[in-house]
Amino acid sequence: MVITASFNSALRAAAMLLFVVAVAACSRTPNTMPTGVGNLGPGGGAPGSQQEFLVSVGDRVFFTTDSSSLTPEAMATLDKQAAWLNQYQNYRIMIEGHADERGTREYNIALGARRSSMVVNYLVSRGIGANRITSQSFGKERPVAICNDISCWSQNRRAVTVVQ
Amino acid sequence: MTLLTRRNVLKFGLAGGALLAGSSLAMAQLRIVVEGANFQLLPIAIPDFASSDPAFGKEIAEIVRADLRRSGLFLPLDPASLPVQVGDVNAAPDFPTWRTANVDALVMGGVERGGQISSSVRVWDTQQAAQVVGKSYDTDANSSRRVAHIIADAVYESLAGGSGYFDTRVIYVAESGPKANRVRRLAIMDQDGANVQYLTDGSMMALTPRFSTDGDMVTYMNFADGNPQVYLLQLSTGRQQRLADIGAMTFAPRFSPDGNTVAFSVEQAGATNIYTTGINGGQPLQLTSGAAIDTGPSYSPDGGRIVFESDRGGSPQIYMMGAGGGTPQRISFGQGSYSTPVWSPKGDLLAFTRQSGGQFSIGIMNSDGSGERMLYTSFHAEGPSWAPNGRVIMFFQDPGGNDGPKLMSVDIWGRNLLTIPTESYASDPAWSGLRR
Repeated sequence: MVITASFNSALRAAAMLLFVVAVAACSRTPNTMPTGVGNLGPGGGAPGSQQEFLVSVGDRVFFTTDSSSLTPEAMATLDKQAAWLNQYQNYRIMIEGHADERGTREYNIALGARRSSMVVNYLVSRGIGANRITSQSFGKERPVAICNDISCWSQNRRAVTVVQ
Repeated sequence: MTLLTRRNVLKFGLAGGALLAGSSLAMAQLRIVVEGANFQLLPIAIPDFASSDPAFGKEIAEIVRADLRRSGLFLPLDPASLPVQVGDVNAAPDFPTWRTANVDALVMGGVERGGQISSSVRVWDTQQAAQVVGKSYDTDANSSRRVAHIIADAVYESLAGGSGYFDTRVIYVAESGPKANRVRRLAIMDQDGANVQYLTDGSMMALTPRFSTDGDMVTYMNFADGNPQVYLLQLSTGRQQRLADIGAMTFAPRFSPDGNTVAFSVEQAGATNIYTTGINGGQPLQLTSGAAIDTGPSYSPDGGRIVFESDRGGSPQIYMMGAGGGTPQRISFGQGSYSTPVWSPKGDLLAFTRQSGGQFSIGIMNSDGSGERMLYTSFHAEGPSWAPNGRVIMFFQDPGGNDGPKLMSVDIWGRNLLTIPTESYASDPAWSGLRR
């Protein structure tokens, strides 16, 4: 979350700056668009950077409905995470467990915890020291995708590895 | 907080007393039958209350009418249509006039506001020419809405039986902001949505508040420490503290009926089990064990048993055990999964959330699991809480998407679905007991 937040806030700050420039430009010369505007792509980041983990390794794994079992795709992502974390020993990680909104609040708090626990156990089995890992459950309270169908729910059933 | 200084049965003056003696009725016959397929609303006449401040008398009468209307059992008649516009508690009504107007149930009240609020009310059965009930109340000058709710409870109890539920509060989670980063804080209000107060500031997420029986202590889930932890909050002092520090996530708290113990869930290494601990500390007691998710505990009103949800058999279902633990027995066997069981105040029923076929339902069943019936079904609904008389259930409903939840209520016959007005999105309602 930390890396996501700082990354996003950097983008947001850039966007805000452009917005301010645009508004300022508009206020002076209403018919002239500012020049040199472009979207910042998610750069790969320097080796060993949090951004590299986010973009090149992948910070999250997904679960099927009501399940906390790791899918083959999830295990592949966690293998990459473990390799990266074994290379860059200076980082600690926090595993966030989340559920989709198609369950009751308290059960989903427990389900999010069970998911984060599965990820913790897997990373430990791949050589990451348990003392480097903390975990937290958010239940269904922090969705990333908002809509009323499976396309969103499947993105919200997740465990996110936050590098700190 | 002790609000009531006096609650008396009204003694009638000479004329009324003579009249009552003449009718020789110990009890009036007028009663509302609250269940059954041929249920009909009871029309009731409530003229404005007599007062040296007529606007105040009107305001009090309007709150009484609104409570009775929202109960789904009464039909308060348009006050402008009544043969008498302002009540008189000191004289017997002119019964033939009221009978001619087809009014069987008549409420006459008076209210004065000075250093205190003094009010009195009589409920009349015009067919029997008899008083059903007469009461007077002296209350704190700042609690005019409470006076009206107390009067509405007296009317309700005299005609519908059981206890009322209007002089109660609801604690809930007020929600605001975008769904992906929603602010959730505790709020408390009267059962009709009035007098809302916010109890936490939203800097940390607060969920699932529950009242103790005395209505002063609240237990809830607080994310201030990172992972959720069970907290205690005393409303009268504003003091709060963490219930226990047992080195693990704690959540889903509920008070025991005597208020001395909290049952809650503890998560360790993915397994969630139910524990209890005293509100003044002491060693937590583990009641369930295993790798499953056991949560949503609810004590029976006698304190002897705990009902909870568990996915030990696969999907979440409702289980029952002793308040000290023991082997849980599964009691839900219908379609789908079952969550958030809540014991009714009388102990005869359990309310629950059921998830089936892509829909959520609020339902009730007998406490042995039999006689299940659904009261409300929609895209998403959860979290039932009982009114203290066991006849009404409040819960929250969420249409999904970027929208947010709102509080609703329904009676145990599946009638009278209402939305409870709140300033923001709202979830996790918990109903207090009667405040007296």
